[in-house]
Parts: sequence; structure tokens; C-alpha cells
Amino acid sequence: MLQIDAWKRITIWLTLLVGLTLAMPNAFYTRVETYNDAMQAIELGADTTENRDAASVWPDFLPSGLVNLGLDLRGGAHLLAEVQLDDVYAARMDSLWPDVRDVLRPERATVGTIRLQPSEPGTLRVRISEEAGMARALELVRGLAQPVVTLTGVGAQDLDVSGDGNDIIVQLSEEEKRATDERTMQQSLEIIRRRIDEVGTREPTIQRQGADRILIQVPGIGSAAELKEIIGTTAQLTFQPVIGRTSDENDAPGIGNELLPSMDEEGIFYILEQAPVVTGEELVDAQPSFDQNGRPAVNFRFNPSGARAFGDYTAQNIGNPFAIVLDEEVISAPTIQSHIPGGSGIITGNFTVEESTNLAVLLRAGALPAELSFLEERTIGPELGQDSIDAGKIATIIAFVGVLIFMALSYGLFGLFANVALILNIAMIFGLLSLVGATLTLPGIAGIVLTVGMAVDANVLVFERIREELKTAKGPARAIELGYEKALSAIIDANITTFITAVILYVMGSGPVRGFAITLGFGILTSVFTAIFVTRLLIVIWFERRRPKQIEV
Amino acid sequence: MRLRLVRQNTNFDFFSRWRLWLGLSALLIVVSFASFLLQGLNYGIDFRGGTTIRTESTEPVDVGTYRAALETLALGDVSISEVFDPTFGPDQNVAMIRIQAQEGEEAVTATLIEEVGVALQAVDPGLKLPFASVESVGPKVSGELIQTAAIAVVLAIAAVLIYIWLRFEWQFAVGAVVALVHDVILTIGIFSELQIKFDLAIIAALLTIVGYSLNDTVVVFDRVRENLIKYKSKDLNEVLNISINETLSRTFMTSATTLLALIALFVLGGDVIRGFVFAMIWGVIVGTYSSIFVASAILLWLGVKRDWSKPTDTTGNQFGNIDA
Repeated sequence: MLQIDAWKRITIWLTLLVGLTLAMPNAFYTRVETYNDAMQAIELGADTTENRDAASVWPDFLPSGLVNLGLDLRGGAHLLAEVQLDDVYAARMDSLWPDVRDVLRPERATVGTIRLQPSEPGTLRVRISEEAGMARALELVRGLAQPVVTLTGVGAQDLDVSGDGNDIIVQLSEEEKRATDERTMQQSLEIIRRRIDEVGTREPTIQRQGADRILIQVPGIGSAAELKEIIGTTAQLTFQPVIGRTSDENDAPGIGNELLPSMDEEGIFYILEQAPVVTGEELVDAQPSFDQNGRPAVNFRFNPSGARAFGDYTAQNIGNPFAIVLDEEVISAPTIQSHIPGGSGIITGNFTVEESTNLAVLLRAGALPAELSFLEERTIGPELGQDSIDAGKIATIIAFVGVLIFMALSYGLFGLFANVALILNIAMIFGLLSLVGATLTLPGIAGIVLTVGMAVDANVLVFERIREELKTAKGPARAIELGYEKALSAIIDANITTFITAVILYVMGSGPVRGFAITLGFGILTSVFTAIFVTRLLIVIWFERRRPKQIEV
Repeated sequence: MRLRLVRQNTNFDFFSRWRLWLGLSALLIVVSFASFLLQGLNYGIDFRGGTTIRTESTEPVDVGTYRAALETLALGDVSISEVFDPTFGPDQNVAMIRIQAQEGEEAVTATLIEEVGVALQAVDPGLKLPFASVESVGPKVSGELIQTAAIAVVLAIAAVLIYIWLRFEWQFAVGAVVALVHDVILTIGIFSELQIKFDLAIIAALLTIVGYSLNDTVVVFDRVRENLIKYKSKDLNEVLNISINETLSRTFMTSATTLLALIALFVLGGDVIRGFVFAMIWGVIVGTYSSIFVASAILLWLGVKRDWSKPTDTTGNQFGNIDA
């Protein structure tokens, strides 16, 4: 007969209760949002009375998880950046040249003269005049290689050294490239995160995608261009020896040197040694400040090894100019007046206060190891997002009410049971979304509306089946039981197949499509639960109380 | 008194003209293909790269002046269309501008957007800046997006084929998949014929259609399987007819509630997702049709094992009853 064990009833009620509790904060969205922001601020150390007051708007013992609103609903910027991993190979090879020169120099007798040859970025080509010394030269250069630090590339060396006639060709080995790629990506992610955090915005998404891409979503920011300004600059700071100054941009700088434009002086170029003395990586601090003439500048401090290199270089090169280079532009090229031992200094240039502050932020957060190129960018204005929310809300309510009326008209009392289940169903979807911290997007709202339409399907299947069984079965209780029993396989099959497509959508999709897949998938789970268990429980409770001799579905 | 979409105990003969129905579907598929090949889809920037800008202005939009203003910037292929929507306020005039991917640039540059803004504001003082939305996709990503989308659709269909094959018989799987492919092709066909923007969201809609149509087909098939055991001596034709008639009321109820919800979204949900919702509405209609007239007709055509009394490894593994 129609019976449901007590423990099952309790489980069903408890599940519903948990779902509803989790969903509840969304009904008080702004209030809970204020609370969450305040709590986060307090956690970060800003334990002010203001924040305490803000935090008191929502009781601590209640859940405070919210459904995040996607960019298309809240407004903000979305960027897909590609990290130029090859840059790093090139930089590594550039900085290797002095080392190669230094190991070969003592062996001049065997290898002859050593000369750097032009080569593709990422390879180092060094020509020696004595071909007979090749074996010895290769041996020496190979001595520079170090074991790769990874779990998989056991025993591999980081350099690939080969000979080609009189040329020694050095490249990064495949294992090292892989390890470098991994490091570069981790560093880039970390630095982008730090830069965005410095600006202080709510809930940015910074995610790695695939081998060399990073997805950045920042809600509330005015435009993608603004976001690009913050994260798009590599902020590679280097201090390089100056060889000369020219106004001809086609001047051949010579091998191992480079020609870079001046930031302030139009048409002026500097010829610099490619290998830097010190780089921004060795900075420990940078602060905006003013120089002795009251112009905006940036103060910086090196770590001990950077300070030593900088100190040694300045001691040996008093009277020579050296260049401060930021992202391939020479900020300034002062002449070294004296030995600078302390490892701190000041960068002056034609900055505005804003620029010097920005530069300090960028230097502090660290340089991006490689340049970013942007493959995709989207800016959604906050008003458009609000319009979408409003339209989505109205549409969902109308759809919802329409379905409720339709069900009540079609199935009477049983329709009302289904309607209760449907309302609980929507609450459960929001509960699940809040629990996993999922993001609600515009297609996600469509997913919910679709669920509203389809959630009744399981109930319809059961009710139609009960109608059929009523014609043949003995009594209403048996008909209800058979109705559930026989409709089950259709319900399960139908929902599993839809669930499969939701999973595929989630795995293959991105952004808004993923948001749709999540709500659709959750909708299937909750609608099966409410249809099989909740409506059934409601019907059974009703049946136990009334004991009707006949029922109409 | 109950609302009934389908009267009780229907006894329609769905298969007296099954060749006609299959023929009709085949014809529609051919038309869809022809439209797709001759006219092509109106791909959004997701799939072909480029930039779309959504403008909002208090003044009525004049597409001609906008076009003239942008011509001076030499952006290549630019298309401008005004957007109408019942959810817009009286002073809300919206236009969509699409600019082709610029030579040598993956994503759009900030200066370009600024230039467009300045040029448009010169001819339309009511224009709101910054733009309501700017979206830009580089050619590199768009190529990949097409690829992933195609893979997603194929994967979904393959997964379904396997699932139905495991749960039913291979004839059922073939019937279901032919119906799915039919729905997908017809949806692509109508998008090509009406030149509605085809973007990433439409792929999501396509996959949902796959899910929905399948849902419908599976319910019918489930009943067919049950009736094949019940009526061992009846013709397959008759068994199919009985099964479809028995499930007809449910088929219409579910389609009606889903359509009700979708139509509300279509009318009131705003123009941003209208294409997406349209695809789903179309999919629900086509999917309902196909589960009866394509999936079942294919089943009739292929024939099916009649003796279900001895379940084999791949069949009859119905889920056990829940004993709640």
C-alpha cells in the first residue's frame, strides 16, 4: 500500500529544509552582500566600527552564500589573454650570452675568437673561429646546463647545445620549455591577481585556461580598456649599460646590443647592451615619491643580491651612463656619479602623480614574465546588466505563474501538489547554486525558465500514468502506487539523457554557456528529487488523512 | 472539470502515412541544407571574430547617419542594425554595430572604441557613452569556438546514442539519433533561412534541443518497450500507435508548459537572449514532432526484436522500482 518510511520522510523534509536555508540569503541580496563585504574587510584587518555595523545587518548563524551574478547581469569586463611564452625563452637566451662568453674566454687558445651571431629569438648562436676547438667549446657550454626542476623531467638538462659548423647553437630543451611554461603561467596568474587586488574590486575571476591562456573577469569595472591598463603592462624594469645615443632609429646596434626609444625625448634612441645588470625581479619595494625638484618619481629598493650587483656595477662604471628601461622604453639614462652601495634609488622621468603611483603599484606587484596579448574582450555596462536582470525577473515570474495556473487547471488538487513541488524546486536550484558559489548568467536564467517548464514533466508523466491506472487498477491507492512505479523508468531515462547534454555543455562550454549548463543540470537534479519524492510525499500525506474512496487526477 | 489538451482515449493512426512523414522530414532537411549552403549562417562575432558595440541613445537611431559617420574611420565591413524590444523605455533607442576583425589585431583596441564613440556622438548628441556593451573576439579564438561547439554537439549525440543503445535496442538508438540530427539540422536551417544571428548561445540552445527532443523520444520509446511485452501478437505498427496515443496527453502537456515558459521569456526576456529563446521554442516544436513522426517511424521501418521475455545483456535493464 501507499506508505513511506518515517526515516525517508525525515530525510526528504531535511533535504528541503537545507535547500531552502541555503537559498534564503538570495532573497535579501543587497543586505547579505553588504554583510559579506564587511566580513571580508574585517578579516583583512579593517576591524572598524563602520564595518562592524555593516556586518550586523545579517545574523552570523545564517548562511551567507549568494548566487554570484555573471558579468552579463552585473556589468563589468571580461578579458581572455594569451601569455607569450616564447618571450621567456628569448629572454633566457639573451641573458645566457654573457655566461657563454665568460666560460669560453679562458679557452681562447683552443676555440679562437668568440662572436655572437644574429639568430631567431629563443636560440643563441655563437661563432668560434677555430673549428678544431668545437668539441671543447661544446663541452664547456654544456657545463652551463642545469638539471630541470620538475617531477617528470628527471635527469633532463635545461639547455640543448649543438654544433653547426663553426657555430654553437644553444636552445632550451623541451623539458625545460615545459617547466618554464608552467612557471611562467603560475607567475603570470599570481601577478595579475596581485595587480587586480591592489586596485581592490569585488570577486574578480582569474583563471587559467588551457596551456597558455588566462581568463580575467572583473565585475563592476568600467571597461575592458581600464582593465587592460592595469594588467596589460608587463612592467619589465631593467637597468642596462648604455653604449651610445642616436637619433636614427635604423641605426644598427650591433650584435648583443639593442636599440630602444627614449620615453620622454621624441626621436632619441639609446644603444644598450641587451643583458641587464639588474632587473625588476630583484626589487623588494617601490613607492611613489618626489625628486629633489618636486617632480613625481618612484623610490625603489633592491634585495641583497640585486643590491650587490647594482653596487658592483656602479663602483666599476663611475662616469658612464646607465639606462633605466621599462617595457622596452628608456625612462632615463643618468650618469653614474658615485658608487651606490645601499641598493636603493629613485626613478625620475616625465611622470604625472598618477603615473608614478601606477608605476609603483606595477613594480611592487612584480613584472609579468611575458607579454600578454588579448584574444577576446567584452565590456558590459551596468545598466544593460540591470535591464537584463529586470527583464529576466519578469519573464521568470510570468512563466512561473503561467505554469502554476496551467497545472492547477489540468490536474486539480494533484496539480497543486505539483505546484508546491515546483516552487520548492526553484528554491532548491538557488540553494544549490549558492552552495557551490556558481554564477548566474542571462542564459542561466533561461535555464531556470526552461527547468520550470520541464520540471513539471516528471509530475505529468506520473499523473498521466495514474489516470491510466485508475481505469484498470483496484482502488486509488493502488493506482497512485502503480503510477509512480511505472512512470519511473521513463522519468529516469529522460532526465539522464538531458543531464548528459548538460554535462557536455558544462565541460565544453565557457562563460555564459557554462552558466546555462549549471542551472540546467541542477534543475534536472532538483526536479527529479521534487517530483519523485516531494510530490509523492505530499500525495501520501493527503491520502492518509482523507482516505478517499475515489480520486480524480 | 479539467483542462485537457488532448481528449481521453485517443486513437489516431500516426503511421498510415509514415512514408509521407519521413519524406516530408527528408525534404525539410534538404531545404535546410540548401539554405545553409546557398545563404550560410549569420555568424556572430563568437564564430567569425570582430567587434560588436551596443549603443543606446535618447534620440531615434538613424542607421544611415551612423554608417556615414563610421565610414570615415575605414573599419572595413561594418553592419548596423536597430534593435526593437517591448522592454525598452520610450527614450531608449538601441542599435547594434558590428565591425569586422581588424587586420593584425586579435582584440579591439581601446582607441578604436573611443574613435567610434566620438564619431557617433558627433552625429547623435543623445548617444550614451561609454557604450552599453562592447564585445570583441579575435580570429584565433573564434576559430576554436566553432570547433569546440561542433565537437560538443557531436559528443552529445554520440553519448545519447550509446545510452539509448544500452537501455533499449540498437533500432531505438538509431531512431532517436536520426530524430536528433533531424532537429539540429532543421534548427540550423531556420537560422540560416531567417538570418538570425548564430552565436555561442545558440549552440547551447541546440544542445538543449537535443536534450529535450530526446526526453520526448525516450518517453515514447519507454512505452513502446512496455507495450511490446504486453501485446506480443500485435503488429509493430499497432503497438507503436497504441504507445504514442497513450503518451500523447503527456507529450502535449509537457510541450505546452515548456512552451508557455519559453514564450514568456521570448516576449519579456529582452532582446539579448531572444535568439537563444527562439531556437529553443523552435526546438521544442520540432522535437515533439520528430519523436513521433521521425523516431517512431524509423523504428517501424527498421523493425524491432519482438521477444522481450528473455532479456539479453544489453536490453531490458530497467531501473529497479523505488520502494519509498
